[in-house]
Amino acid sequence: MKINALNKSFQELNAAIKKAQNTTSLLEIQNAAGQRYIAAGMEKGRVVHIYGTPGNDLAAYNCGAEIEVFGNAQDQVANTMDGGKIIIHGRIGDAAGYAMRDGDIYVMNECGYRCGIHMKEYMGKSPLIVIGGGAGDFLGEYMAGGTIVLLGIGCNRTMGSMGHYCATGIHGGRLYVRGQVPGDKISKEAKVVPCTAEDLEKIAVYVKNYCEYFNGNFNKLMYEDEFVKIVPASSRPYKAVYVNN
Amino acid sequence: MLKKEGEVRIPAGCAIAAMISRKGEKFTGEDIIRSIAVMHDRSNGLGGGFAAYGIYPDYKDFYAFHIFYDDHDCLRNCEAYLAEHFEIESAGRIPTRKVDTIESPHLIWRYFVKPKSYKVAMHKGMTDDEYIVRCVTAINATIDGAFVFSSGKNMGCFKANGFPEEVGDFYMLENYKGYSWTCHGRFPTNTPGWWGGAHPMSIRDLTVIHNGEISSYDANRRNVEQFGYKCTLMTDTEVMTYLCDMLMRKHHLPKETVAHIMTAPTWEQINNMEPDKKAYYTALRTVYPGALVNGPFSIIVGYTGGLMALNDRLKLRSLMAAEKDDMVYFASEESAIRVICPDPDKVWSVGGGEPVIVNVERSDI
Repeated sequence: MKINALNKSFQELNAAIKKAQNTTSLLEIQNAAGQRYIAAGMEKGRVVHIYGTPGNDLAAYNCGAEIEVFGNAQDQVANTMDGGKIIIHGRIGDAAGYAMRDGDIYVMNECGYRCGIHMKEYMGKSPLIVIGGGAGDFLGEYMAGGTIVLLGIGCNRTMGSMGHYCATGIHGGRLYVRGQVPGDKISKEAKVVPCTAEDLEKIAVYVKNYCEYFNGNFNKLMYEDEFVKIVPASSRPYKAVYVNN
Repeated sequence: MLKKEGEVRIPAGCAIAAMISRKGEKFTGEDIIRSIAVMHDRSNGLGGGFAAYGIYPDYKDFYAFHIFYDDHDCLRNCEAYLAEHFEIESAGRIPTRKVDTIESPHLIWRYFVKPKSYKVAMHKGMTDDEYIVRCVTAINATIDGAFVFSSGKNMGCFKANGFPEEVGDFYMLENYKGYSWTCHGRFPTNTPGWWGGAHPMSIRDLTVIHNGEISSYDANRRNVEQFGYKCTLMTDTEVMTYLCDMLMRKHHLPKETVAHIMTAPTWEQINNMEPDKKAYYTALRTVYPGALVNGPFSIIVGYTGGLMALNDRLKLRSLMAAEKDDMVYFASEESAIRVICPDPDKVWSVGGGEPVIVNVERSDI
C-alpha cells in the first residue's frame, strides 16, 4: 500500500500510517518531506519503504519493524530503538541510534555527529550500526554496549574515517574500524586493540549484509584494509568523580 | 503588562534557512518561505523573520531603515531624531497584507536615508557606517516605543510574531527580489516573544539568524560593550550580531578568521597542531577570549554580497548545506532544502567550527 506524504503534517502522515499498517505487510511512503516520528514504535512484521526525506526521530522506539529509506535520513534516527532493522540508502544525520538497545542500522554513506551515543546492551539484546562512509565527531559517545562498524569508504586513509573525540566516555560495547585510527581522535577512555578471529567472523557477516543491501564489493571491503577494534579502557571511566560508598 | 525582551531572558529552539545565488541573480521570497514552512514544527508561532539582499536597487546608495513604532507619538519623536541626523530621501509605511493569525501592535515604517555629512565630519575618524551604528544604537536605547530592526543599504529585514511562512505572507515577500535570503522560525519558551526580538538581528547590512542558546552571553556582552555596543534585548543573537560587526567591520578581520575566533578549537587541539597553525590559533584565543562563543548554536550571518554559515565547535545544532548550479542552500533540516531543490549536486552537513562562506561572484550588486 502506498501513502503520499505530500503536504501532510507529521500528525496526518503518522495517523495514515497507523491506520494502514494493519491492512498491509509493505507500506510505501512517497514524497516524505521532513515529517517527524515516521514508523515510531512500530512492531515486528511491518515493512516500510520511504522515498523522499523523512524527518527527525525516524523509527524512534522501533519495536521490530524493517524500515528502508531510499535517500538521506535526518537527525536522531532510531532514537531508543528496541529492535528491527533500518537501511538507509544515503547519509544519516546527527545522533543516529541515540540510546538504542537492540536492532540493526545499515547506512550506505556517512553519518553525522554523535552516532551511537549511549547505545547499550543487556542480556540477549545488543544493537548494531554499520556506517559505509565516514563519521562526524563523538562517534560512540558514552557507549555502554552494542557494536558500531565504520567502513570509511571514500575517506582519507591517514586522516582516518572518524571525527574527533571518538568513544568519549565509552564504558561498554565495541567499535570496529576499517583502516587507520589516528591516536588524537580517540578519547582517553578508549583503547585500540587488534581484532581476534572471532571479531573478524562477526565483521564478515556485517560486511556481507552491507554489500547485499548496497551492492558493495565484499572482498575489497573485507580484505583490502585491516580492521581494528576500539573498546573501553575501563568499565567505569568516571569512577574518580563519584564518592566512594 | 507583558514584559518585553531585555526584561526576561529566553532560551530558544528554532529553524533557520538561507539561499544565495553565486551569480547574483535575483529571485523572490517565495522559495525561502516554502523552505522554512517545512520546518514549521521547530517554531511555535512567536517569531519569524527574513533578511533579503539586493531588494532596493533604486535606493542602493541609501541606508534603508525599517522601524517599529508603538504609536504615533513614538513615531513623531523618532522622526524628529531622524530629521536631525539624516537626509531623508523617502519615507512611508512598509506594505503588509492582512493575515488572520498576525496581530500587529506596531506601526511599521521604512525610510531611505543618508547621514548628514556635516555631522559625520564633526567626529575624528567617523565613517558613515559607524555613524549608522551609533544612531541605531541611540534610537533603540533611548527613544521609547521606537525600534530600528533593519538599517543596511540595498537590503532589508522583515520580522514579526507569527510562524515565518505567515510573516512572509504578511510582508508580501513575493514582491521583493533579492540575490540572497535568510529566514528564521522562532521558539521562545519563557516570554510572549516580541516583534523586535524575532530574528534576524541586524546592524547595518549585517544580519544573524540563530538556532541555539549560548552559554557565553555575558562574556561576549562585556566584550562588545567595551567597543560602544549596547545590548538592549538581552538575547544571544543580538550579542552575536554585534560580535560579528565588531570583528568584521571595526577590526577588519576576514570572515573565516571571525569564525575561527567565535568557534576556536580547544587548547588540547591547539597543542596538537603544526607550529604555524598553533601560533595562529594561540594568537586568536589570546587576543579574543571574550569573543569565543560557547554552547549550542547554528547561525547564518548575512552581509552584502554573501553568507556565512557556522556551527558551534561541538556541533550541538543541526545545519545542512546543498549546492545546485550557482545556488547554495542552507537549512536546519535537509528536507527543507529538498522541497525547493529536489535534486542538488551536493548535500553536506556543516561541520562544528567549520564555517561555510559563500560570496557572490560579481561586485556590482
